[in-house]
Amino acid sequence: MIQNSLRVEKFVESPAPRLHIHKETEGENEVDRATILSANKPHISVRNLNVYLSKNHILKNVNLDIPDKAITCIIGPSGCGKTTLLKTFNRLLQNSLDVRIEGEVLVDGENIHGKKVEVENIRKKMGLLSQRPCPLPMSIFDNIAYGPRIHGIRRKKTLNIIVEKYLKEAGLWDEVKDRLKSPATSLSIGQQQRLCMARGLAVKPEIILGDEATSALDPISSKKIEELFVKLKDQYSIVLVTHTLRQARRIADYVIFMYLGEVVEAGPASEFFSNPKEKLTKEYLDGYFS
Amino acid sequence: MRHIRVKRLEEKIFKMLMMAATLVIVGSLFMIIATIVKRGLPAMSWDMISKIPGGGFYIGKEGGLLNAIVGSLYIMIGSITLGLSFSLPIVLYLNLYLPEKSRLAQFTRLSFDVLFGIPSIVYGAFGFTLMVYLGLRSSLLAGILTVTMLIIPILIRSIDEVIRRVPKEMKDAALSLGATRSEIIKVILRQVAPGIVTAILLSVGRGIGDAASVLFTAGYTDSIPTSLSQPVATLPLAIFFQLSSPIAEVQDRAYAAALILTLIVLILSVAARFYSRKFSKNKI
Repeated sequence: MIQNSLRVEKFVESPAPRLHIHKETEGENEVDRATILSANKPHISVRNLNVYLSKNHILKNVNLDIPDKAITCIIGPSGCGKTTLLKTFNRLLQNSLDVRIEGEVLVDGENIHGKKVEVENIRKKMGLLSQRPCPLPMSIFDNIAYGPRIHGIRRKKTLNIIVEKYLKEAGLWDEVKDRLKSPATSLSIGQQQRLCMARGLAVKPEIILGDEATSALDPISSKKIEELFVKLKDQYSIVLVTHTLRQARRIADYVIFMYLGEVVEAGPASEFFSNPKEKLTKEYLDGYFS
Repeated sequence: MRHIRVKRLEEKIFKMLMMAATLVIVGSLFMIIATIVKRGLPAMSWDMISKIPGGGFYIGKEGGLLNAIVGSLYIMIGSITLGLSFSLPIVLYLNLYLPEKSRLAQFTRLSFDVLFGIPSIVYGAFGFTLMVYLGLRSSLLAGILTVTMLIIPILIRSIDEVIRRVPKEMKDAALSLGATRSEIIKVILRQVAPGIVTAILLSVGRGIGDAASVLFTAGYTDSIPTSLSQPVATLPLAIFFQLSSPIAEVQDRAYAAALILTLIVLILSVAARFYSRKFSKNKI
């Protein structure tokens, strides 16, 4: 296992050969996006991350890099630490007692667990989409305007523009434009999830974190959210924890497979799915366990 | 077959026991109300709620209970305002700033549970001791302070319950937008607004009907106080004093006071429910 994580690290730190592979396959129609992107500077880097919840060792020496402007899916069976990993990215984990975090999480090269870091600024960089949509107890308009408001935007006109822009970006504008004043909970659950997306985008994040963001939704809403992710990946780095392998196959550019708190394998999606290197990965992909 | 029949019978018996228990309780409630209405209604008149006691009021002559009605409302408004301005910060501190299993939070909750169970006469006696120590006379201020002490545990425990039920995801959602802990207070308060209304209602119910806490502290007077340092009449004491009179007419007026008290609580409950339903429909 330790060898695995070393391997992952090696993979990330030597992007050049990947680029080379990409050139070889350029003749084909399918461009391997993640391959190109992994050559870029990673947006989030995790170094020797260990997380303990009371006495349980939840994340074990995790090392990985999340590429910029691509969809990264974290997959693995339940209880393998996917969500915990995601929560270390925006420091939501620290709200619970008995948590010990060792190691570094670097966002744009800055360790977010450092002492001088303003946690609000870190969170502002990332939009979080949770498993069940969680609209704030206010109107549709106020939900979107909440973030901009706490960051100092007060002018009604500016807020109007922001609300319209991000509702459009989340593909919800046409459905709600006539009832912006009604409570957000009056929306269907799929609409609520898109509202949460728009709300997250309105604080102008660089990264979108999704914690099984489609698992509570019906197939149609879930498809809409997936399409949204694909549409948004040109502007944002997207990290998704997902339970469904098929979803990862559909939209991932880059895949991280975790098992019992360790990263087993990570790599560009096409390679990961067609040619997994680890036996455990292969077994998981073949459905021996889930 | 036989087995099932026994089970059915068992179920029937238990269902009947449940119905009987409900009936006894609801029945006695209605009997109380019926008694109050039966004896109080004949004594009710416009004078009763619009005039303060006249010269011979306590031997059955003209006048009304306006002093006690206004007094009770003054005390309730004062102590709810004061109570909320202490209990909201306490509850928010317990829930937002102290870690989940903090010793201090557990100890604070336990002490409020104990305070919840202390009889009101103890608060009255404590308030009285405090007054003597500070050199205060029985007054509106002393009454408000004592009733505030009485209702703070109720406010805190019931608001604490609803705030603890706010889903963690909702706090996380607001936090992940870059809100600070003090900024998510607004979100939480909006979420629990109906719960706060219920808490206020509970404490009004307890505070407005309580005679023991105001007996020594608020005093009793026939006039409406114009300052915090004057004594004040209250409805429960109006009931208490008039009920101990030998004159039947005065006793009936005690029932009229009880009827007014019940109506005030009823009106507040209905209004609060209406408001809270409307609020949760539009804002949440």
